Amino acid sequence: MEIKKGIAVSPGIAIAKALIMDSEDYRIPRRSIKSASRITEIQRVRNAFKDAGAELAKLEAAQDEIEEGKIKDIFAVHSRFLRDRSLRKRITDLVHSQSVTAEYAVSTTLREIASHFTKVKDPYINERAADIYDIERRLLRQLLGRKRADVEHLTEEVAVVARELSPTQTAGFDRKFVKGIASDAGGRTSHAAIVARSLGIPAVVALEDLTENISAEDTVIIDGNRGIVVVNPNEETVRQYEEFSHEFVELEHKLDTIREKPAVTRDGTKITLLGNIEFPDEAELVLEKGGEGIGLYRTEFLYLNSETEPTEEDHYEAYAETVEVLRDRPIIIRTVDLGADKYTQDKRFAREPNPFLGLRSIRFCLQNLMMFKTQLHAILRASVLGNIKIMFPLITNLQELMQAKMILRDVMEDLDEESIPYNKNVPIGIMIETPSSALTAFTLARDVGFFSIGTNDLTQYTLAVDRGNELVSALYSSADPAVLRLIRTIIQDAHKARIDLSLCGEMASEPEYIMLLLGMGVRTISLAPPMLPEIKQVIRSVTLEDCNNLARKVLTMNSERQISNYLRDATRKILSEAF
Amino acid sequence: MTKGECQADVEIKNADGLHMRPAMQFVDVASAYESEITVSNTEDSVDGKSIMQMSMLAATCGTKLRIVAEGTDAEQAITALQELVEDRMFDEPPPKGKKKKK
Repeated sequence: MEIKKGIAVSPGIAIAKALIMDSEDYRIPRRSIKSASRITEIQRVRNAFKDAGAELAKLEAAQDEIEEGKIKDIFAVHSRFLRDRSLRKRITDLVHSQSVTAEYAVSTTLREIASHFTKVKDPYINERAADIYDIERRLLRQLLGRKRADVEHLTEEVAVVARELSPTQTAGFDRKFVKGIASDAGGRTSHAAIVARSLGIPAVVALEDLTENISAEDTVIIDGNRGIVVVNPNEETVRQYEEFSHEFVELEHKLDTIREKPAVTRDGTKITLLGNIEFPDEAELVLEKGGEGIGLYRTEFLYLNSETEPTEEDHYEAYAETVEVLRDRPIIIRTVDLGADKYTQDKRFAREPNPFLGLRSIRFCLQNLMMFKTQLHAILRASVLGNIKIMFPLITNLQELMQAKMILRDVMEDLDEESIPYNKNVPIGIMIETPSSALTAFTLARDVGFFSIGTNDLTQYTLAVDRGNELVSALYSSADPAVLRLIRTIIQDAHKARIDLSLCGEMASEPEYIMLLLGMGVRTISLAPPMLPEIKQVIRSVTLEDCNNLARKVLTMNSERQISNYLRDATRKILSEAF
Repeated sequence: MTKGECQADVEIKNADGLHMRPAMQFVDVASAYESEITVSNTEDSVDGKSIMQMSMLAATCGTKLRIVAEGTDAEQAITALQELVEDRMFDEPPPKGKKKKK
């Protein structure tokens, strides 16, 4: 039994078999397996050789038309290697003697061979190492590809363990069977965390070297309440955790009973609670948990979840399906927020040295008009079905907003010409998630119907802290006075311009921020659906008067630590009465 | 089934040596025979039907190799391999400037 401490990012307790996902860049960590699993791993090696050979034969056949030359020779050489029994045996022997995974054995063996070539002085032979690396990649693609597919077609409950999870990987999770997530890297607002919360499964991140200390099929406990992961727990520990888990479920049930009750403070102020979603099938969960609409529909997951670029019909269907569930309740559709850490199918983004300051989000859309217009066309078509609003992300200046609005008008004209009905008065809003838009909120407010404060990016950009980097993630805090001052500015400017305001970042799902946000004037928040009941309970336990007093006090404070402590104490007092 | 043994010493004569493509040709020819084919240089002995092992010999131009065949068609195998290495030189050119051998 081994206990690892990380950061709890999504509540709940999962006890399941570990499913280890390797990252996609083919750096394969050494991982031991149980001796009984060796047969399976050896079979995986054999299959990988067979399948890589078949794949190559297909490629070779396709190449037949083209001239005889080098490419054909390369394929021919690769296929001889894939048929080479002594190579395969060297790999399976390694699996057998060292009890390691198929991936590790393939990678190690081929790299040994490659390094043998690089040691030869003859430059012509020396260069052959590249061929060996190519064969390594061919085999690994088979092994890892299959494993990736496994996550999508699970038959038993698992806890996913990974060095780091990309949004693309998490988008493919089969929710029925993925019961928990644990990762070496990441912070409170990493994608693994966000996805886990929206799926309502427990998650712990920043475990540093967990993947090196765990083998496939090991049992793990993921304690998303306390940030603990237990590898191969003993019976006593399992029993204890089953009890915790039971209590946690009971608390959830207790919270579920407040679903029908309104989100009002004790002194009668109504707060609107909305849900953040990635997929249409989460809309149901929002209503189930007492949400009154969708405050943030992250449409880029349509791209992340599919092998091919989504068509306009794919967009339309997703929106129509969501409206069908929500009926006339509001749905804020955020246009695609790709780039930085989220990519499209063809990964057309050249690697950028500073992706978060690079071509992402609305900037990417404004440079890829075909894609942008396709989405806007679909949103507008869906706008007659229900209460749809359009939101542009990461606006940093007025010009970008004007450009985006102009393109929207173009698409409206197209629809007019095609005689397709749409809501001509569809509300248009923007996310305020950069210091520049916060500081110019007063100007931006004149040209939009609503603001939504995105506190994750706002915090990261204001404090210049990469939220996923463990080395500095401690500096990331929305309780920082700088962040709070910007939020206050945004709220005041929205009120002055009499436009709607909501807040949709992680702040909205953390109980300790609720009083502060209400006190600062926020009346609509949007958050991960599983957190809705708990936040509603907090709202129902406070008075607006207390919130105002608390906010006034906090805004005079100068240090993040002082503010955090103050908020935590105030919340604890309330929660001890509320729960 | 009579088991014959046959051997030949050959020298790599094409300029680029026994790189991937020649290794592939060698393996293809060797695999056409039932006999076991062993190829050795001064240090190693390898299986002549394995492209991994053959290419790892890293035999450059001028390297001398001993080919040993063991089996019913040993003689034919040796003849064919010898022809491939020395007469056809893997269908590749010899070193420029007629610089023969070492």
